[in-house]
Amino acid sequence: MTIRHEMIAARPAPRNTVGPLAWLRANLFSGPVNSFFTLLGLYLLYLLLTPTIQWAFINADWIGTTRDDCSREGACWVFVSARFTQFIYGLYPRGELWRVDVTFLTFAALIAWLAIPRLPFKRWVALATLVVFPLFAYFMLYGGFFGLRVVETHRWGGLMLTLVLAVVGMVGALPIGILLALGRRSQMPIVKSFCVVFIEFWRGVPLITVLFMASVMLPLFMPTGVSVDRLIRAFIGITLFQSAYMAEVIRGGLQAIPRGQEEAAAALGMSYWMRMGLIVLPQALKMMIPGIVNTFISLFKDTTLVMIIGLFDLLGIVQAALSDSRWLGFSLEGYVFAAFMFWIFCFSMSRYSQYLERKLHTGHKR
Amino acid sequence: MSVRPKAHSLGPKPPFWRDRAKRALAFQLLLVAAVVVFLLYIIGNTQANLAARGITTGFGFLTNTAGFGIVQSLIDYSSQSTYGRTFVVGLLNTLVVSALGILAATIIGFIVGIARLSPNWLIARLASGYIEIFRNIPLLLQIFFWYFAVLRAMPSPRDSLTFGEVAFLNVRGLFLPEPLFESGFGLIPLAFGVAIVASIALMIWNKRRHEATGKRLPAGWISLGLIVGLPLLVLLVTGVPVTWDVPELRGFNFRGGFTVIPEFLALWLALSIYTASFIAEIVRSGIQAIPHGQTEAAQALSLPQNLVLRLVVVPQALRVIIPPLTSQYLNLIKNSSLATAIGYPDLVSVFAGTTLNQTGQAIEVIAMTMAVYLTISLLVSMFMNWFNARVALVER
Repeated sequence: MTIRHEMIAARPAPRNTVGPLAWLRANLFSGPVNSFFTLLGLYLLYLLLTPTIQWAFINADWIGTTRDDCSREGACWVFVSARFTQFIYGLYPRGELWRVDVTFLTFAALIAWLAIPRLPFKRWVALATLVVFPLFAYFMLYGGFFGLRVVETHRWGGLMLTLVLAVVGMVGALPIGILLALGRRSQMPIVKSFCVVFIEFWRGVPLITVLFMASVMLPLFMPTGVSVDRLIRAFIGITLFQSAYMAEVIRGGLQAIPRGQEEAAAALGMSYWMRMGLIVLPQALKMMIPGIVNTFISLFKDTTLVMIIGLFDLLGIVQAALSDSRWLGFSLEGYVFAAFMFWIFCFSMSRYSQYLERKLHTGHKR
Repeated sequence: MSVRPKAHSLGPKPPFWRDRAKRALAFQLLLVAAVVVFLLYIIGNTQANLAARGITTGFGFLTNTAGFGIVQSLIDYSSQSTYGRTFVVGLLNTLVVSALGILAATIIGFIVGIARLSPNWLIARLASGYIEIFRNIPLLLQIFFWYFAVLRAMPSPRDSLTFGEVAFLNVRGLFLPEPLFESGFGLIPLAFGVAIVASIALMIWNKRRHEATGKRLPAGWISLGLIVGLPLLVLLVTGVPVTWDVPELRGFNFRGGFTVIPEFLALWLALSIYTASFIAEIVRSGIQAIPHGQTEAAQALSLPQNLVLRLVVVPQALRVIIPPLTSQYLNLIKNSSLATAIGYPDLVSVFAGTTLNQTGQAIEVIAMTMAVYLTISLLVSMFMNWFNARVALVER
């Protein structure tokens, strides 16, 4: 029997299991089929990326103010930079742009406060965002108070209008959605069937017909002589449509709360609204934040449809700029810019919702 | 000695606003009253407005002559046709683009979804890149991109892109050879029908025999053979009664063949690519939802890999996949209404657009359009619920 008295010195790991080469072998070339797919993927990447990079960066024009500055065969970003203010603010008066900036910086600060988990006073900030901010935004954007000039809604446009539509749609849809979700789970048969019909109706029709309805039929529903602003019509259509989707998301959250929670609250003698408002809804809404963010993303993308009823959101104003006779033939640049803007917003929101999902799921994860 | 009081005689009867049942009744009556008042208000206003504008209500306008042309129609249509026929043409166009979109989106979505789970790092990254890009860009923007930036920028018919000199792509659309059926071709669909009936009979017989004796035939392969083979056999026996009408450049445009208009192509591409990115995520989550132990247990039973997939993984994954897949199909059908933005003659475009503008019958037109989408939604969800119920887990 032999006993070794000293430790064996650590040896380097086998060369074929660590390092970039081994990683390549394990993930890209583990077999003939895998290698084939890797090569196919590389070829696809080459086919897609080379012309894109050539067009968007290498052969592109960046500096200038007019069409004549676009002399190379690549993209002409001059078109975008010349129109940038319009794409962001629409036809908002040039001297008043600071009002839009202040409004959106405030909004961004509020949202950032809500989104970062470490910051305190969440409840008050949420209340401010949902109640105080809309009023503030209305005064700032529309004006007519505190010596601010009135800016008619037909001058609103671009990214600003897209954000306004999305935020108003969301803030409007959330309370209606909560009421509909509660109604759908109610034991009162008439209330329940009313909510079911309402939800299924709005979910069953395309948003575009809802917008058509809002723009064509809403004026018919109003007393003779009363006219509704076109933007308000779009708000009403979008809010009704979105509240049905919101209701279903919240219903999912309500169903996930164990019945015992509500029974325990009832045992303490709480009334229906106390049970819902203090016990069930806070838990359901917290659980459903990712779902709500997803609804918001789809609402954000859906706001583009308002251009069909004649409002100039970001896509609408890009589309309008493309038909300008001084700038014909730059549709690709316009669409790439608009797509990039939408993509940034939607992608960061979806990443945030995935982060929340991971964060909120720790409780029942193995 | 104590007398147990009965539940309802605990005390004096509560006042009616504390009685749950009565309160519920009152609340519901209030709701009904509010809805009725609201509807009466709207209807009254609408009647006054319609009278002021001199619009008569009713569906009589459907028999009037439409007076406008439509670039693509599956049934005979001319500008002399009625608005009723316009409605049918639009409806059929919506159904065509939706059906083909669902088909393409499902195929792309399954491929991308499976590719995202590939052990090959590059393929998985490419698939997730596809999903992240197309999911986060508005559909309308994608439709515009395909239509205005790609298909409208195609060369003129003279310089068409060709695919083997039989198919041509240019600014006017995609020109494909069209099959012309000669007499005797009717036998082939007949053979196809016979093969399907025979396959179903074989399946039923095979299942009964399997339950009774434990023996089973490879019925799937036999059915496939029947369904493909029998029509093919008939085709050969009858001497291939099909000729192809290949499009040819004559003058400024192509003649003959089958034309796919660019509006259709743009809408179909955008719908399929956009929806496929959502379907891919659904497929991925469906497959990931199957515990790995299921696969291991099946392997422990020494099932071969293809049976592990077919009998264990896929049937369970389908349960997770089908409900969200249904919503995606419904979304695709509803999203096909964006056709109106590029002028593909779907229901919304020709009916809620042109017809509404010409007749002013806003209420009837919007109501009919919405009714169509509601009906489609209900039919598709009924079918998918039926299918879902068939594959759902039976819990005790």
